[in-house]
Amino acid sequence: MDANIYDLIIIGGGPAGLTAGLYACRARMKTLLIEKMIPGGQIMITDWVENYPGFPEGIAGAELAERITAQANAFGLETAYEEVVAIRPEGDVKEVVLTDKSLYAKTLIIATGAFAKKLGIPGEDDYYGRGVSFCATCDAPFFKEKTVVAIGGGDTAVQESLYLTRFVDRVFLVHRRDQLRATRILQERALSNPKITMVWDSVPEAILGGDRGLEGVRIRNVKTGEISKLPADGCFIWIGITPHTSFVKNTLATDEYGFIIANERMETSVPGVFACGDVRNTPLRQVATAVGDAAIAAVAAEHYITA
Amino acid sequence: MADGVLEIGDADFEKEVLQSDKPVLIDFWAPWCGPCRAMTPIIEEMAKKFEGKAKIAKCNVDDNPITPGKFDVKAIPTLIFFKDGKMVEQVTGMMAKPKIEELLNQMIG
Repeated sequence: MDANIYDLIIIGGGPAGLTAGLYACRARMKTLLIEKMIPGGQIMITDWVENYPGFPEGIAGAELAERITAQANAFGLETAYEEVVAIRPEGDVKEVVLTDKSLYAKTLIIATGAFAKKLGIPGEDDYYGRGVSFCATCDAPFFKEKTVVAIGGGDTAVQESLYLTRFVDRVFLVHRRDQLRATRILQERALSNPKITMVWDSVPEAILGGDRGLEGVRIRNVKTGEISKLPADGCFIWIGITPHTSFVKNTLATDEYGFIIANERMETSVPGVFACGDVRNTPLRQVATAVGDAAIAAVAAEHYITA
Repeated sequence: MADGVLEIGDADFEKEVLQSDKPVLIDFWAPWCGPCRAMTPIIEEMAKKFEGKAKIAKCNVDDNPITPGKFDVKAIPTLIFFKDGKMVEQVTGMMAKPKIEELLNQMIG
């Protein structure tokens, strides 16, 4: 049995999980990374990353993901493509429950990240993949010379709306407040872009369409109560993220939004279990913070075993 | 083809997909799509694994505008599964390998 126990199992293969794997492999820990889909995480669908140090011209999200993956693999990181259903983290040997078997480790690092939040309004599911999108780099070229609506006001919404302008004729950027939350440099670019029309103080109520696909978005002005329709061929939704934590329910402490609570050593409420990256209750969710968290988590896991 | 993945386009869609005697999986993709690139090794692996049992194909949406339009594909990657000339399942976004295998096994069975 002992031979089958890993020193460390990392759950999630985004920048945080891969970086934790890189550090753990260099520390010669017997490490397994479990990834549900494809290594890379959310940056796979980010068009451009220009705030990650070392790339003065910026780098495509997908390429950065590929590079981090290659770097972790270069140190011999073992990866399993499985879905984790639950964890049983109490005790010295922690159990990771997959769909058809269990794996065991002395320590766990949870780096499952987060996924885009949905609006939860009529039409959103009906037109997903047929006009509704969460990924500009995947889908923007389908809307060449067309009009699209974008929802949100944070970094992602503004950055991706700017990317959309390379293809579309017009972006209506709908935001529930009267100013953007995004980083200043992004705000300046958006507000001075002739293809972006700001729709302030407004929330979407329904995605509208017919046989010919998506036709527009019904919005409501939260200050005046006025309801109007924005005619559009596509609707891109960037209203924030939700953590991938359903599999840790009732085992690890989370905050009210489901993010895992971890301290500055990335220790969760259960000894030997660490959390890093977007899944953690952190004040900032960036590649730079995720990989920093991950380095700490890997070293903390190593100390936990050797202490 | 070396990797076993059949490249299909508007011209041969009818013959290769709708008239195929085996179930077909088509991966709609484009060179500019990062997630599509990430799916490529999985699609290639499926082609090896299901060789002789199912047809694994890809369709470049830049070069072939008609076929994606027929199925209202406005997001990629999109995977469409066909059996006996009919669409069985259409999945938008990245899809996990076990799910793809499960669907292919169901169609073969």
